[in-house]
Amino acid sequence: MSGREFRVLSPTAILGYGFPVESFRRGIAKKPDLVAADAGSTDPGPYYLGSGKSFTDRAFVKRDLAFMLREGLACGAVVVVGSAGGSGAAPHLAWCRGILDEIAREEKLSFRLGVIATDVPKDRVKAALRAGRVTPLPFVPPLTEEAVDASTHIVAQAGSEPIIRALDAGCTVVLAGRTYDPACFAALPVRLGFDEGLALHMGKILECGAIAATPGSGADCAFATLHDDRFVLEALNPARKFTRESAAAHTLYEKSDPYRLPGPGGVIDLAGSSFTEIGGGRVEVRGSRHERTAPYRLKLEGARRTGFRSISIAGTRDPVMIAAIGGILEAVRRQVAAMSGGTARGAVHFHVYGRDGVMGPTEPVKETRSHELGIVIESVAPTQEEADTLTSVTRSTLLHYGYPGRIATAGNLAFPFSPSDIRAGEVYEFSVYHLVDVDDPADFPLEVVEVKGGRA
Amino acid sequence: MRRTIRDEARVVRSKNSGPYELTLDVMFRDRAAYDRARAAAVFTPALVARLYGVAEADVLGVTWFEPAAAVKMTLRRRVASGSPGDTDIYGAQQHAPLLDLSWEG
Repeated sequence: MSGREFRVLSPTAILGYGFPVESFRRGIAKKPDLVAADAGSTDPGPYYLGSGKSFTDRAFVKRDLAFMLREGLACGAVVVVGSAGGSGAAPHLAWCRGILDEIAREEKLSFRLGVIATDVPKDRVKAALRAGRVTPLPFVPPLTEEAVDASTHIVAQAGSEPIIRALDAGCTVVLAGRTYDPACFAALPVRLGFDEGLALHMGKILECGAIAATPGSGADCAFATLHDDRFVLEALNPARKFTRESAAAHTLYEKSDPYRLPGPGGVIDLAGSSFTEIGGGRVEVRGSRHERTAPYRLKLEGARRTGFRSISIAGTRDPVMIAAIGGILEAVRRQVAAMSGGTARGAVHFHVYGRDGVMGPTEPVKETRSHELGIVIESVAPTQEEADTLTSVTRSTLLHYGYPGRIATAGNLAFPFSPSDIRAGEVYEFSVYHLVDVDDPADFPLEVVEVKGGRA
Repeated sequence: MRRTIRDEARVVRSKNSGPYELTLDVMFRDRAAYDRARAAAVFTPALVARLYGVAEADVLGVTWFEPAAAVKMTLRRRVASGSPGDTDIYGAQQHAPLLDLSWEG
């Protein structure tokens, strides 16, 4: 083997989560070839994809990205950001691109930028559906044309191929829409001929920053050196280290199978992987393989708006009410429905913290012994006004409801603030979470731009 | 000897694996604890179904993972993340039913 190395710095688990400057600079001092970050996830639920908004804060995304661009480019590294804006659809990508342009101007940075859009036009999704090229993931209902039409954005979780295309065009900064997290880290080394299995497994660990170190952190950096037959992980904070267990345990995180990790066009197979501590808090990984599968499949994600939400938060400190809370809430629900003449659209959900707010019907503890309960009244309805009305009337009815045995007759609820009701805006649900067969995994719009900082 | 999960495991956690699945991890404190738990055959699809009130058909699998001395169990979420009636968007606080487990070993 040639003994060549490829060095990667991962600043943080999600762009915008932050990291200590000291850790980052220790990583830069190691002269990485690549500084990369995954900027998103479906973890925070469907709202961000559906609405086009970022779930990370602009100030911190800018902070993290500024470090990556300024110091990454200065040390000769390529910079890659995937799943821009958190969900990686057009508005998220535009939002992140705006931040990147701002940084380039303010820091007077010049570079060739590749911007990869991974939105999939609805017509293409419907055509694939009609051609039998769409497969649901486990527990997901079959995709319908109606669901495609109702989705606000549909993105494909792209693999390494479009990033490689941008790198082939000479881009030193790549900003991509929704991307398979490991691909942000694997694309460049794979392009240089490193083993795909090792590169992707390395990416799978690095994309979470220092989460796979111990003690783990989603707001700290990690570093890896990739060789032809192995990769070595190391933490950049003296308070953390990688251990055999912490690195191996990472493949358990957020995945249903720790041995086989499906992704674009294949599966990362870890059945033969070995994790060895080599001193200095470093772990060496060998034996990870990437098995290509046919047809080449990408995961599609989409969300649809299903209504508007309004909430009210209040507590009760009365033991008589607490002991009878289930019946009281149901009686209030019925009374509100009756007063609306049975015509009100929308639904009310009570979240009762101190009873089963966290686990709902799955809660095994059936006896409530709390001295207080926190109640969130959540209304979801087709319009904001209807949701507001449902919450308002439910709140006022619950506040004054005269349940049997009541002794505290002045008011049943303690509101923490005024106004008591909060408009919570649009509600979304996931509508697309399916695999689609693709012929050309690099076939995504790529825009190559010469960014010249300091110019108007 | 009666072993409790609180003694035998150093990590007991839940998280979404995608919006439709909940994945549970138990990471044992050492290889011996892992071997005892595995031999006790307590972590099964039937256990998951019982603890979480789902049908066994909704349990995607139970996988033993020696490199991390861990067992992983995955099941269908009661509702998809962010859908009406959801109580935990990230699925990160659904591990409590595992905390009372014990076995002979």
